[in-house]
Amino acid sequence: MKKIKFSEITPEKIYLKRRDFIKKLGLSTSSLMVGQNFLNGAKASTQNLELTEYRYISTYNNYYEFGTRKSDPVEKSQNFKTSPWSLTIDGEVKKKITLTVDEIKNSFPIEERIYRLRCVEGWSMIIPWMGFSLSKLLEKASPNSKAKFVEFTSVYDPEQMPGQRYPILQWPYKEGLRIDEAMHPLTTMVTGLYGKELPNQNGAPLRLIVPWKYGFKSAKAIVNIKFVERMPTSSWMRASPREYGFYSNVNPRVDHPRWSQASERVIGSGILSERIPTAIFNGYGEEVANLYSGMDLKKNF
Amino acid sequence: MIRYSKIIVFILCLWPLVIISLNIYYNELGAEPVKKIMNHFGEWTLIFICLTLAMSPLKRFTNLAFWTKFRRMLGLFVFFYATIHLLTYIGLDYRFDWQPIFNDVLKKKFIFIGFSAWLLLIPLAATSSQKMINLLKQNWKKLHRIVYIIAIFGALHYIWLSKTIFFKPLIYSVIIVVLLILRIRIKTRKFNYE
Repeated sequence: MKKIKFSEITPEKIYLKRRDFIKKLGLSTSSLMVGQNFLNGAKASTQNLELTEYRYISTYNNYYEFGTRKSDPVEKSQNFKTSPWSLTIDGEVKKKITLTVDEIKNSFPIEERIYRLRCVEGWSMIIPWMGFSLSKLLEKASPNSKAKFVEFTSVYDPEQMPGQRYPILQWPYKEGLRIDEAMHPLTTMVTGLYGKELPNQNGAPLRLIVPWKYGFKSAKAIVNIKFVERMPTSSWMRASPREYGFYSNVNPRVDHPRWSQASERVIGSGILSERIPTAIFNGYGEEVANLYSGMDLKKNF
Repeated sequence: MIRYSKIIVFILCLWPLVIISLNIYYNELGAEPVKKIMNHFGEWTLIFICLTLAMSPLKRFTNLAFWTKFRRMLGLFVFFYATIHLLTYIGLDYRFDWQPIFNDVLKKKFIFIGFSAWLLLIPLAATSSQKMINLLKQNWKKLHRIVYIIAIFGALHYIWLSKTIFFKPLIYSVIIVVLLILRIRIKTRKFNYE
């Protein structure tokens, strides 16, 4: 089984890029040790996984708020206003809280997390996100005993988001997780990419990453997190309940009704490279499989 | 005159090959090159289906017989681009790994219908010569009405592979439906004249 930890990535490119980045920041050479450690980690790994190039991560996006073409988000999001921005955490909580993005960024140590993103369409990227575990943020709001699920709501702003002028999906975009999924350390609140600010087309200023689930589960431009008692209905579940389940865990044995999920194309790997087999839970089974023990994953797709 | 126009149309019909070759040469295929090539030829197949179906309505509207002279060539280009589209899927995307391909064809309706459309194109391409027209006589016309089914299958293939209601597959479907409706009217008129 393929499993990616962020210490296992072949980071030649990022290593060089990071060195360049650190140089630009004008930091001393001791900072380079961070990069060095990553490189050592990679040598120990037998896998030849490479980070997806920034140009692909930032130009090949599914973000229907800006349009359904892959190029729409980068083309139509550049003037999107991400500041001021605040996030409200409410619902079944002891105290409702509202935080600005800056408050969030300053409250939690931001770390680099390299995860594979597997899109339900059958492609994947290896992405160095910047962020922190969502659990840290959720703990701030202290959910009460009724809280069983977490619902994420993305921003609704058809003025700025041309895709929202059409009923492609039910707007605003909604996603949800079971509370134990939301509290899992791999579930990440993302604020940056490749050591930089998160680009608008990737869901700035605040997005989720749930690395063992298909990409659409990771809501972008989040404005509200609500603790709820009952399983929320996500935008995709509403659009086609037969095709998009609540869990949507990456699983090569459970096909999308209309296409196979057994393999995936690696973005940026070139015209002659082969598909690779898709791993259960996107390669994070060791960390998350226990969340679903005893569950029929075909039924709870 | 017709001969020269045929040569010109033939060269124009190679345009999709030219673009994709330039894209490959200049490495402009983007994040998912295989998918881009596949979609490129898939879309051009649909465009050529529309063009082929547009010839007899054009003949009627313009009162120029010359349009239908291109029909056979355009139809053969449908088969040509559909075949490249299919080969991209089988060879470039799945590396002739037959098991997942068979699975897809049998279980996934958009692939099933796309593959069926390609199969239906074979007898049409095989009977496209003047010799076959003379040989099959009345049956030739009946046989080649299969193109209407192929057009509908092609549109469905595009709609069913889309994740939600997308603009482009709808546009092609509308064009194909309009082109088919125009035919129903042609027939009833002819009927009246007779």
